[in-house]
Amino acid sequence: VSARLVALLLASFAVAGSAAAADPPRAADLEAEIVCPVCETTLDQSTAPVAERMKLYIRERIAAGDSEAEIKDSLVAEFGPGVLARPPDDGFGLLAWLLPLAGLAVGAVVVGVLVRRWSRGRVTEEGASEPPLDPELERRVDDELARFES
Amino acid sequence: MAARRAKLVAQGIAIGLVALLFVLLVWALATDEGNDLAKRANAGELPEAPDFTLGRLEENEGELTLSSLRGKPVVVNMLASWCLPCREEAPILEQVWQRHRDRGLVVLGVATKDFRRDARRFATEQGITFPLVLDGPGDVWGPYGLTGLPETFVLDRQGKVVEAIVGAVNTDEDRARLNAAIRRASRS
Repeated sequence: VSARLVALLLASFAVAGSAAAADPPRAADLEAEIVCPVCETTLDQSTAPVAERMKLYIRERIAAGDSEAEIKDSLVAEFGPGVLARPPDDGFGLLAWLLPLAGLAVGAVVVGVLVRRWSRGRVTEEGASEPPLDPELERRVDDELARFES
Repeated sequence: MAARRAKLVAQGIAIGLVALLFVLLVWALATDEGNDLAKRANAGELPEAPDFTLGRLEENEGELTLSSLRGKPVVVNMLASWCLPCREEAPILEQVWQRHRDRGLVVLGVATKDFRRDARRFATEQGITFPLVLDGPGDVWGPYGLTGLPETFVLDRQGKVVEAIVGAVNTDEDRARLNAAIRRASRS
């Protein structure tokens, strides 16, 4: 019974997955991910003539049954990769994702090294600020203090 | 002592970076000539027209390089199908092309930030017969300092910009200005 239950669950997940994959893209989602080439904001933020034309194009392509990737690819073919609000996460576009992370990592290492050096330097300075007194000097100080107190 | 030196080095690096950024900012502002192209042309400086190679609107017609037109006066018209003033001036530029083409003048339309299909339809509707190239990504905007459309640049035979008209050529005054620029460009 449990094997049948598992099979049924897996089948229902598969059906749900394929139904989700077949869902047509939403115009609003695409308009938030495509940049107006004139005003440089996303289409949903723009009323420029070219942005209105691009919104119409997106609706036409959705009605024609194109997938989100197909619509984006066709817009990139017309207007270049700058039309995508988010750079693609493969090929050269991957650099746009990796470089900031690499920069953060390098920055963290540099800050870590500097903090370590400073804190180590401070300990050394603190230690160095109280060297043991010379016995002769200590004796003279004690003598002076005794004379002062008397 | 070592800590103080490390601190000084870090401070030096930070101050150096800020200074470098400031120098880069000043340099960028000082050398930002692209946005002044129209201003410089209209001040009589004769700036060189930024070169470009773009595909013809009809894909089977190959590419066109602006500098290949050296030796001829050229009117470069930046346009788009979604630009309403471009519709007003297209017939005027077509007239200019028809009137002067036998004397060697080239009118070159650059359909920019536009769908190829829309630009083709625009050309057909407006009866444009002068050559058209397509710049979908808008690569000419930076070098030519475009802030909107249309803009028209008149180039002499050496490829220098003798006149830049920002906005549509749609009044008698604009036409007179364009014709005068073409005469100057043809004489050079």
